[in-house]
Amino acid sequence: MTAAAEKHMYDIIIVGAGPAGLTAAIYARRASKQVLVLEAASYGGQIINTPSIENYPAAMRISGVDFATGIYNQAKELGAEIRFEKVVGLRDNGEEKIVVTRKNEYTARAVILATGSENRKLGLENEAALVGRGVSYCATCDGAFFRNKTVAVVGGGNTALEDALYLADLAETVYLIHRRDAFRGEDATAERLKARENVRFVYNSTVTKLNAGKRLESIEVTDKDGAVSTLAVSGLFIAVGRIPENQSFAGVIPLDEAGYAVAGEDCRTGVPGVFVAGDNRTKAVRQLVTAAADGAVAATAAVQYISELA
Amino acid sequence: MFVEVNKNNFEAEVLNASVPVLADFNADWCGPCRMLKPILDEVSETRKDWKFVSINIDEEEELAEKYEISAIPCLVVFKNGAEFTRSVGLLPREDLEALLDA
Repeated sequence: MTAAAEKHMYDIIIVGAGPAGLTAAIYARRASKQVLVLEAASYGGQIINTPSIENYPAAMRISGVDFATGIYNQAKELGAEIRFEKVVGLRDNGEEKIVVTRKNEYTARAVILATGSENRKLGLENEAALVGRGVSYCATCDGAFFRNKTVAVVGGGNTALEDALYLADLAETVYLIHRRDAFRGEDATAERLKARENVRFVYNSTVTKLNAGKRLESIEVTDKDGAVSTLAVSGLFIAVGRIPENQSFAGVIPLDEAGYAVAGEDCRTGVPGVFVAGDNRTKAVRQLVTAAADGAVAATAAVQYISELA
Repeated sequence: MFVEVNKNNFEAEVLNASVPVLADFNADWCGPCRMLKPILDEVSETRKDWKFVSINIDEEEELAEKYEISAIPCLVVFKNGAEFTRSVGLLPREDLEALLDA
């Protein structure tokens, strides 16, 4: 093998094969760029956990797995190379970017970081097993399944408040459980929530146990004095924050205090040739359609960046 | 390279194989099985010392029943004609490789 062959230079390396990364791959391939997509787990990202997507334009109803398989097949058919390797680092050598995986190093002119984020978990024993069976991390995704039922939201930030407000329109009763007695989220939203008759506030308390048969049936709540009570709920919406998967890029691109890659709607990180797309970027709306939009924007910007290098 | 296995060639292809075998019990309707496939393909390319076989549980109910497959995707490792270990569910490449090295 010649040295040149060993050190192959891709045009664009995309980290993450979720909707943002795969959409970026589609756009980059249609611009005839040589593309490598690196994925740590399986293709699709967190959308694969959604049983039914009903808010993506032109797709009235599609499962997350079918949606993910569709973009994956589209990117593959267009000629994107996809490898299942976990990326652990990024080195910026100016016109050459080096993406480090557990086993290999790959080189490209431009990099798009589309690693997404993961939900912060409560850390309860059967939490993972009950996802899709009463436990959810997305009220706007799954709220409609709990029409006229009793649900609980746990958290104290904006997402928790907005989730509770959204659910208050659908569910019979919404408990909002917060470990402190004041919310981190905006006062205006909290005030709107307090005006709702079907919202009950459970302050200074944490969820300590999930009781379930086939589905979630009730939750155990413990207050700061150690008093334990049980709330019968069919749904528990966990909104205690998200963890963007940018740890491997800290020091190369600027991150905000929550760990998101700082970039505007143009998906530029401030480091020439390094772009960020999807949920791991600082942004207001984290939805499937905005992830795909980021992929298009980032790929187009990367293609333009490469053309200016030459 | 995957070998499609059925009840007629199971003994020859799996139990009497001279190398360890990873059997992928799957079904066409199973989303996570589809998502696992490219990961399995990639690993099978790098592990030539293993045999990779695919078993469709809808077509091979007898085998699925015999090996008590109650959730898929289910990966069963066979060594020297006997089950060695198994893993249920979609898993990342590194975990899959760890299963082979178990």
